[in-house]
Amino acid sequence: MTVQSPIKHLLGIKGLSESHIQTIFETADNFKSLLNGPVKKTPALRDMTIANLFFENSTRTRVSFELAEKRLGADVINFSSDSSSVKKGETLIDTVNNILSMKVDMVVMRHPAPGACMFLAKHINAQIINAGDGTHEHPTQALLDAHSIREQLGEVNGKKVVIVGDILHSRVALSNIFCLKTLGAEVMVCGPATLIPKYISNMGVRVSHNLDEALAWCDVANMLRIQLERQDQRYFPSLKEYSNLYGLTTERLSRADKEICIMHPGPINRGVEISSAVADSAQSIILNQVENGVAIRMAVLFLLGQQRL
Amino acid sequence: MSQPKLLISTHKLNLIIKRFALQLIEVHGDFANTAIIGLQPRGVNLAQKLVDVIADIKPESSLKYGELDHTFFRDDIGRGEIFMPKKSNIQFSTEKLNIVLVDDVLYTGRSVRASIDALMSFGRPSQVELMVLVDRRFQRELPISPNYVGVVVDSRSTGEHVKVEWNAHEQQVWLLSNKE
Repeated sequence: MTVQSPIKHLLGIKGLSESHIQTIFETADNFKSLLNGPVKKTPALRDMTIANLFFENSTRTRVSFELAEKRLGADVINFSSDSSSVKKGETLIDTVNNILSMKVDMVVMRHPAPGACMFLAKHINAQIINAGDGTHEHPTQALLDAHSIREQLGEVNGKKVVIVGDILHSRVALSNIFCLKTLGAEVMVCGPATLIPKYISNMGVRVSHNLDEALAWCDVANMLRIQLERQDQRYFPSLKEYSNLYGLTTERLSRADKEICIMHPGPINRGVEISSAVADSAQSIILNQVENGVAIRMAVLFLLGQQRL
Repeated sequence: MSQPKLLISTHKLNLIIKRFALQLIEVHGDFANTAIIGLQPRGVNLAQKLVDVIADIKPESSLKYGELDHTFFRDDIGRGEIFMPKKSNIQFSTEKLNIVLVDDVLYTGRSVRASIDALMSFGRPSQVELMVLVDRRFQRELPISPNYVGVVVDSRSTGEHVKVEWNAHEQQVWLLSNKE
């Protein structure tokens, strides 16, 4: 079967239809069965060169993208702003255009500025995949989160998902809300009032400041890290107090007295937003999320790679 | 060519499938070390029917059956057309097995080349054979040759195509001009 998809970049989940997301999921399912076989590579993108431009720290996302690109047979260039001419004052467009002049077909970029990927897509002649832009979006994380829920619970539609923690600074939260709502899930955000954006209920999500109440409501709890690196002021008195009120512990889970699927996009701050016992429990699908990340990124790269600009 | 030409009627197709089944039984015996794999998307219909016929003739056989999609191994990705993968479903190790790939039409040979590469990602089979309902010989772009053939068609490379109609009641194969 052949289809024509209008998407040329993946800048965010906003703008993707349910059918786009389902296409990515079905393609990822196929890649996952390939990854579970004895030979994990395909030559699908063998004549493509992909640049991974990371202007911000990353472990999982960078490694996951690089692995996905290599599994698809693409040539890969890794760029980190720490060891580049960005330190000498080069602008983003100049940096990227210099890399593109070496015949690069696709750019995977993480950048601390919200909208950096959108800006780049408007000014350069290559396909862009957003690997996280400031507090804006992290589309592949949302896709792999929703795919993991679908894999665990059968479907996303109708499921109740609570996102707990630093919603204000989280691109994962925003992309997850867009993705889950598009797929028909009910979404709640939970955290201290200072870390919940004022107008978030306009996005059609519930808001709670009580984790026990949220756990009693949900099928899935996605625990977020406190993003101290993005916080320019104190949003709560201490990490200990935050952990007491919003940390997910075995005691809290047992009080909810139901089977809740536990997720975390990583990196985990054990003992702060989630206890080690919960993170490593049978209810946790944190490592499944990481595994699905490679298949989801292979699907996105494969689908975009078929339609060069 | 103006009128569509019926290459294979439903009756003839049933005869061909029975012939295929007998040929495979002759070569592969009780299928202890053989698997039939239908190539997505249209080889699957033929392969499923073939497996049913073999099971009727030789109910004691331990025939393994799978389905294979070659999309990720195509040689024309990023060249205009957009391809969506179908599901591969091979629930057994292909290591050291004799594999019979089944497809509806063999034309340029490129799909079969991609399918062989896709098959190798499941393991290293001992032998791979190819069975096709229609062999459009003289149109090959790669050195691929089938082991079992339903009918041979000597059509022009351009201006004509083979259409396989496959539904619950009727299975027919037509040679059509590209305008039809």
